[in-house]
Amino acid sequence: MSFLRRYAQNVGALIGLAILVVVVLVALAAPVLYPVSPWQGVGEPLLGPFEDPAYPLGTDLLGRDIAAGIAYGARVSLLIGIISTAVAVVIGVALGALAGFYGGRVDDMLMRFTEFFQTIPAFAMAVVLVAIFSPNITSITLAIAVVSWPPVARLVRGEFLSLRSREFVQAAVVVGQTGPRIMATQILPNAISPIIVTASLMVATAILTESSLSFLGLGDRNMMSWGFMIGAARTMLREAWWLSVFPGVAILVTVLAINLIGEGLNDAMNPHLRGRKG
Amino acid sequence: MKPTTPLLKVDNLSIELPAGFDRKYAVENLSYTLEAGEILCVVGESGSGKSMTANAIMGLLPSYLKPSSGRILLNGRDLLVMSEQELARERGRTVSMIFQEPLSALNPLMTVGEQIAEVMLVHGEGDARSRDERVLELLDYVGLPDPASLRHSYPFRLSGGQRQRVMIAMALALEPAMLIADEPTTALDVTTQAQILELIRRIQRAKGMGVLFITHDFGVVADIADKVVVMEKGLIVEQGTADDVLNRPQHPYTRRLIAAVPHPDESATRAEAAGEPLLEVRNLQKTYRSGGGLFTRPRIVKAVDDVSFTLRRGETLGVVGESGSGKSTLGRCILKLTDVDGGEIRYRGKDLVPLSQAAFRPMRRHLQMVFQDPFASLNPRHTIGRILTDGPVANGVPMDEAQKKARDLLALVGLDPSAYDRYPHEFSGGQRQRVGIARALALDPELLVADESVSALDVSVQAQVLDLMQDLQKKLDIAVIFITHDLRVAAEVCDKIAVMYRGAIVEAGPPAEVFNAPRHAYTQKLIAAIPGRHWNPRAAVA
Repeated sequence: MSFLRRYAQNVGALIGLAILVVVVLVALAAPVLYPVSPWQGVGEPLLGPFEDPAYPLGTDLLGRDIAAGIAYGARVSLLIGIISTAVAVVIGVALGALAGFYGGRVDDMLMRFTEFFQTIPAFAMAVVLVAIFSPNITSITLAIAVVSWPPVARLVRGEFLSLRSREFVQAAVVVGQTGPRIMATQILPNAISPIIVTASLMVATAILTESSLSFLGLGDRNMMSWGFMIGAARTMLREAWWLSVFPGVAILVTVLAINLIGEGLNDAMNPHLRGRKG
Repeated sequence: MKPTTPLLKVDNLSIELPAGFDRKYAVENLSYTLEAGEILCVVGESGSGKSMTANAIMGLLPSYLKPSSGRILLNGRDLLVMSEQELARERGRTVSMIFQEPLSALNPLMTVGEQIAEVMLVHGEGDARSRDERVLELLDYVGLPDPASLRHSYPFRLSGGQRQRVMIAMALALEPAMLIADEPTTALDVTTQAQILELIRRIQRAKGMGVLFITHDFGVVADIADKVVVMEKGLIVEQGTADDVLNRPQHPYTRRLIAAVPHPDESATRAEAAGEPLLEVRNLQKTYRSGGGLFTRPRIVKAVDDVSFTLRRGETLGVVGESGSGKSTLGRCILKLTDVDGGEIRYRGKDLVPLSQAAFRPMRRHLQMVFQDPFASLNPRHTIGRILTDGPVANGVPMDEAQKKARDLLALVGLDPSAYDRYPHEFSGGQRQRVGIARALALDPELLVADESVSALDVSVQAQVLDLMQDLQKKLDIAVIFITHDLRVAAEVCDKIAVMYRGAIVEAGPPAEVFNAPRHAYTQKLIAAIPGRHWNPRAAVA
C-alpha cells in the first residue's frame, strides 16, 4: 500500500518506530528479564554503571537495580501514555464533532467549556487532580486525559466545520442520513489523519506529564516509574549521576521516538506535504 | 509581396511526458503561426495540451516537462535555445500573458497600481514619475473607472471583471507585440465575459497585436477568432480560418465538439405539462446577514427575494442567473439545506417551510439533488457502491435490495458494473457526475434539483450528461429544477426558464420566448452577452 511506502521513505520515522518497538519489547519482557520486583534491593548500594556485570546500569542507594527500574518504568510510561491519550481523544473528538457539526449555540457552549480548560495551566491542574484523588495509576491517567483533550476538541471542530459544508456531506443530508450517522460515516473518516497525528504526539506529552508528576512524588506507589527514579535521585545528583541520567535518557529516547513517528505519520497522511523533502 | 517573418511560428514542437502518463507526449508535432494583428484561438478539452505551447513560450512548464524537439520562433528567434536572461527580457516586453483566475494571479498584498508599475520597474522602464503616469493611462485604457483612486486599491476590493482588466493593464504595460490569454474569461460571468472579450478585441485592433487565445468555449471562438487550432490529446486535429473551422469543420473530432456546443433548438415545441402541481413556491424569502457586532450594522443581502413558481411532474424549470443572483440559494432552500426567512414551499400541497429537519427527513427521498462539483460531491473514502446504497439504507431499504438497485442504476447511467467496488478518484469528471445522478435516482425521487451539474464538465461530456439527464427524466417522469449560469444550456434542456437577478425572478417563460423576445432589461443584456450567438453550430455539422 502506498501509505506504508510513503512512511518507509522517511528515515527518521523508521528510526522512531524501531526505538519504540524496542521500548515496547522491554516493557513486555520486564517480568521475564527481572523476575525480582524493581523495588527490592538486590545488590550492593550505589554500584556505578558497569562495575558489576550483573547490574550494567548500576544500583541506587538501597541496592535496587537501575536496569530493572527502567524496564518496569517503561510499562508505566507506555500504559499511561496510551490510555490517557485514548481517553483524551474520545472526549476531544466527541465534543469537537458536536461543536463543529451543529455549530451555533451548541458550538458556543462547547467551545466556552473547552476554553475554560485551556485557560488553566495544564500541569497545575493535573497536580491538583492527582492530589485530590490520591495518587494511583487510574487517577494519574484520568488527570492527564482531562488536561489534554482541549487541543483535540479544537482540531476536530475545525475539521468538522470545513468538511460539513463540503458537497458530499450535503449529499448525505439530502439522501436523508441522520446527523450522528453523517458525523460517524461521512465526516470522521475524512478527518481521521490529523487526529491520528495529534494523538501520536499527545502520547509523548502524556509520558512527560506522568514523569513530572512522579518526580514531584505524585506517582503510583506500587509501580516503578522513570519520573520517580529521577525524583528520588535528585539529592544525589553529584555523587551518583547514573541514578538520574539513565531514566532521563529513557524518557528522552522514548519521547523522541514517538515524536518522530508522529511526524512520519503526518508526512505520510498529508498529501499536501508529500515530497516536500525531494 | 516579400515573405515576412511571422510574429510567432511554432514549428514541429513536441513536449515529452515522463513515464507513467497515459500518453507519450504532452503535445506532439505542433505547428502553427500567428501573424501580427491576428487572433488565433487554440481550442480543446481539458487534457488536450492546449495550454502547453503558451506555457512553453512563457517558460512556465513544470520542471519535468521539456520540449524534446521542434522550435518556437518569436520574430524569427528560437525561444527554446535562448538563455534565461534573454528570455526574461522577452517576457513582458515582447510577449505577455493573462490568466484564468485573476484573483490568484494578482498579489493580494500590493495595490493594483504598484503591481502595474512593478512590471515596468523590473524591465528598467522609465522613472518613478513616468511609471506613475503610465499606470493611470493604462487603467484608463482598459476601461476602469476613476484610475486615480483605483490604483490604490487592493485586488480583493475589485470585482472579477475589474481584476481581469488590471491583469490586462499589466500585460499591456510594455506594449508587447503579442498577448497570450489562457482562458481569460472562464471564471467570469457571461456579461463580464462579453466586456472583457470586447476589450481584448479593441486593444488588439488598436495596437495591432497578435493574440494567442486559449479557450474551451466554441462560442467565444466564434466571437473573436481570426484563425482556429483545434487540439485533441496533444495533437492538432484541424486548423484554419475561423469561418472554415466553425462552419465547415472537416475532422470528426471537431464536428463532435461543435455538435456538442449547447444551442437553443428553436424549432422544437414542447408539450405543455399538465396535471397537479408538484411543487409550488410562494413568496420565498432568504436573507443573509454577515458581520454585525454590538456596534456595527450587519451586512444584509437578500439572496432570495419574493420568488414564486410552480412546477409539474415531468417538467424542467431552468433557473438562470449570474454569480450572486441567488440561484443556488434558491435550490438549497427548496431542499431545506438552509433556513428560509419567509414564504411557502408546497410539495404536493404540503408546506415544507415549518417542518423540522427530523420531520422533513422521511420526505427527503422525494426531493433529490445533483451537485455541481463532481470531485467534491462524492466522499473520497467510500466506494461507489457504498455511495449509492447509503441513501436507500438510510430510508429503510434492506441492504441486499439497495445493492441490487445500485447495480441496476450503474447500468442505467452508463457505467461499468465493476465501478461498484471502486473509489471515486478512479473516475473522470463525467463518470463521477453520472455517479452523482445515480445517487439521486437511487431514492426514486419526484423532484431533482440540479445545481450547475454540468458546469464543471468538458463540452462533449456535458452534452452526454445532459442527454442522460433528459433521457432519464422522460423515462422516470421526474420534475427537474435546472440551475445554471449558462443560458444556452438552459434553453436547450428546459421547458420553462426563470431568469434571476439580485435574488428576484425578473423574467420567466418558455425558452423561445425568453430568448427571442426578452422583456426585462437584464435578460436582454444577458442574452446579448452570450458568446457566439450569431453562429449556429447546428448548421455547421448538419
